[in-house]
Amino acid sequence: MLEGIDLSLVNWSRAQFALTAMYHWLFVPLTLGLGFIIAIMETIYVRTGIPEWKKTTKFWMKLFGINFAIGVSTGIILEFEFGTNWSNYSWFVGDIFGAPLAIEGIMAFFMESTFIAIMFFGWNKVSKKFHLASTWLTAIGANLSALWILVANSWMQSPVGMHFNPDTARNEMGNFWEVLLSPVAINKFLHTVTSAFVLAAIFVIGISAWFLLRNRHVVFSKKSIKIASIFGLAASIFLAWTGDGSAYQVAQKQPMKLAAMEGLYHGKEGAGIVVVGALNPNKEYNNSDDAMIFKVEVPKALSFLGYRNADAFVPGIADIINGGYTYTDKEGNLQTALSFDEKVKRGKIAIQALADYKKAKDANNDSAAVANKRLLDNNFAYFGYGYLNKPESIIPNVPLTFYSFHIMVALAGWFMVIFAGALFFLWKNKLEKQRLFLRLSFLSIPLAYVASQCGWIVAEVGRQPWVIQDIMPTAAAISRIDTTAVKITFFLFLIVFTALMFAEIGILRKQIRKGPDLEDEPEKAV
Amino acid sequence: MDTTYILLQQYWWVLVSLLGSVLVFLMFVQGGQSLIYTLGKNEEQRTLLVNSLGRKWELTFTTLVTFGGAFFASFPLFYSTSFGGAYWVWMAILFCFVLQAVSYEYRTKPGNALGKKTFEIFLFTNGLLGTILIGTAVGTFFNGAMFTVNKMNITNPENPVISQWATPWHGLEAVLTFHNVALGLAVFFLSRVLANLYFLNSIDNEKLTQSAIKSLKINTPLFLLFFVFFIIRLITKDGFALTPQTGEVFIEKYKYLHNFIQMPIVLIMFLAGLVSVIWGIYVSVLYKKYNNRGIWYSGIGTILAVLSLFLLAGFNNTAYYPSLVDLQSSLTIYNSSSSKFTLSVMSVVSILLPFVIAYIIIAWRAINRRKLTTNELIEDDSLHVY
Repeated sequence: MLEGIDLSLVNWSRAQFALTAMYHWLFVPLTLGLGFIIAIMETIYVRTGIPEWKKTTKFWMKLFGINFAIGVSTGIILEFEFGTNWSNYSWFVGDIFGAPLAIEGIMAFFMESTFIAIMFFGWNKVSKKFHLASTWLTAIGANLSALWILVANSWMQSPVGMHFNPDTARNEMGNFWEVLLSPVAINKFLHTVTSAFVLAAIFVIGISAWFLLRNRHVVFSKKSIKIASIFGLAASIFLAWTGDGSAYQVAQKQPMKLAAMEGLYHGKEGAGIVVVGALNPNKEYNNSDDAMIFKVEVPKALSFLGYRNADAFVPGIADIINGGYTYTDKEGNLQTALSFDEKVKRGKIAIQALADYKKAKDANNDSAAVANKRLLDNNFAYFGYGYLNKPESIIPNVPLTFYSFHIMVALAGWFMVIFAGALFFLWKNKLEKQRLFLRLSFLSIPLAYVASQCGWIVAEVGRQPWVIQDIMPTAAAISRIDTTAVKITFFLFLIVFTALMFAEIGILRKQIRKGPDLEDEPEKAV
Repeated sequence: MDTTYILLQQYWWVLVSLLGSVLVFLMFVQGGQSLIYTLGKNEEQRTLLVNSLGRKWELTFTTLVTFGGAFFASFPLFYSTSFGGAYWVWMAILFCFVLQAVSYEYRTKPGNALGKKTFEIFLFTNGLLGTILIGTAVGTFFNGAMFTVNKMNITNPENPVISQWATPWHGLEAVLTFHNVALGLAVFFLSRVLANLYFLNSIDNEKLTQSAIKSLKINTPLFLLFFVFFIIRLITKDGFALTPQTGEVFIEKYKYLHNFIQMPIVLIMFLAGLVSVIWGIYVSVLYKKYNNRGIWYSGIGTILAVLSLFLLAGFNNTAYYPSLVDLQSSLTIYNSSSSKFTLSVMSVVSILLPFVIAYIIIAWRAINRRKLTTNELIEDDSLHVY
């Protein structure tokens, strides 16, 4: 199947989207989180009138501005790449996917871009309260834009609130609220933005720790760490809760992704969660090798977290391909899982029924059209399988998904230690003397970015081969363009984004070294 | 025939067209970027120009992104066909805007790795290519493009791609039609005209005022030359008409002239827009006292004129994106739109637009209450200077 599609085109198109998305996500989380941290700082300034809080706000605002620009720069590509590189996708689901994008533009982007101008240029042009409102609205606007794109992404992972229209050969929205308020969307949004808050908090703590290590801007740094630690710790708790919610949704909606996250090839009842482990590189779904070279696991935890039942059966990769296990469907009924072969058969029936429906309509044969429509509806849930023929094709990259997931979780735990440690040392008034802790805090900045990228790798690599779960495989979603063209644009983006990233890092370094525009002596008097 | 659905399709064509026309107005930012070295004779003047534009670039950028999003949401078949086919044109446009987005913030910052000059070249590139390419791409709305659409390709598991491009040039062939390029050049010179008017409105510097007026005298005739050529060619050429009952597309002689005649409101809008653009230039050049108002006359005129061109392309049973290789693959606002339900949902959201416009106006007025001066850039240490 898909023999007419050049697989190198699919791979290069995926590579380009991954490249641009990963670069974009290097900069966005800091914008999402730092926006609120700045807003909190400015609120304290407006409430207390202490000028040092204004200077503190302005310092972080300057870094926000530098980071914001490159986030905007890398973001425009993503929106248009749906059309340029994934044109089939754009038609097949544009009726549902496009709406959140348009709403994002109308509701969020304009709010963000309008009020950011007041935030940067309005200090002496508008009242304090108007300025503060603008800072909050900039942060809210940025996070609202995240909401809509994450709703769209969630819908791809768990398509709901729609039906397939054979006359237009596309999926059409039937219930907007179901799309917006799907449990996958809610969890994904909350989990993603809180992860961004954690990253921003680590950034603020890390930079402030660097100042403390050099005995510069002590009061400013401690104030910044205090705000960031409280903000970060609260976000971390929320992050853990929404992470659990996200994993639960994955277990229900994308069992193959869950199996890849845990390196689970053969399912079992009372499955444990791997805390530390190494995958066996020779493991295939259909051989009897051990999946792990070694592992330390928490017994029954995967069953409990995935199905809220410590003895529940968690299907492995082989089970999902072979079928035959029982599971509870959305309506709460017990069902027997279909095998890959059976799903492919049903997918092909659905595709053929669509073709026959069209022929019947063209021939004005209403009875045949109705019969084929019924056949299509009955098998549409497996439509995407009709493009596939090898069982291996539904297995995502297990090592990448497994290790990314475990690195992300481990680092999230580490960040909680940093937040709690910072608050503890601040409370004891010993923070500036904890040089090891301050160094670790500073070194945690790149780790926050690693965790953040890992999260997206789990989400996006783990769901392959689907661009829309069970309905459209990635290879069927592409634009028919030359592979060479995509290679050229891939390398152009790689060069430009890398150059811009180095420019950004260079500017940030200079601005941070320069520090906030305040002197230590008067500052200490506050 | 579902009249509500047709109304929704037309409503969204108007909204997308409105966004497109506001975008052309806001591309004064791009025009200004192409004039930084022409008008700014020294560093102080260039800093004033960049900082006055720097307060508005995000508005243009956001309008472009929203224009794209709205097009995707309301006419997804255009999005999938044009973007996936005319790959090089759209990628070149996007590339220009990627370069722009960082250039204001990074241009003068120490440690920017690439140097101030590089970021100024980025701004110039965006100003030059961004405007010409967008204008040229819109030109294909009237002259067509090389694509086919077959929705039933989705039932061919070996090759399920619905929209296919018929030439390996993937959009670059649009420049071989001078009529497309003429629109691109008209947009470019119009953006420079609007930029000069914006500078007169927002910068308090005698030398720059003189330079902007001089520049207006050069760019206005060039804009008019290409624009008038574009319009004359448009109303005398064949167009792509639609039989509403069958959905069949056919060639009609003088289609766009007929559209003007059959939609007198559009013709009045177009003429009023053109007069308003010229009036804005006229008062700015001849009446120093009123030269800060020119941007509003010409800006509103631009919105009216461009909006009328979009309506000319899509209304009155016209295929707005004609296919030159298979006439029946041509896109109309009826065969390329989202479903009735989706358009309805988005229409409810569009009620927010007046609020959005209101807060943009409030923010604009707050920032541009006083003209920008060199003293302000030097003395106001709370200012975010580019």
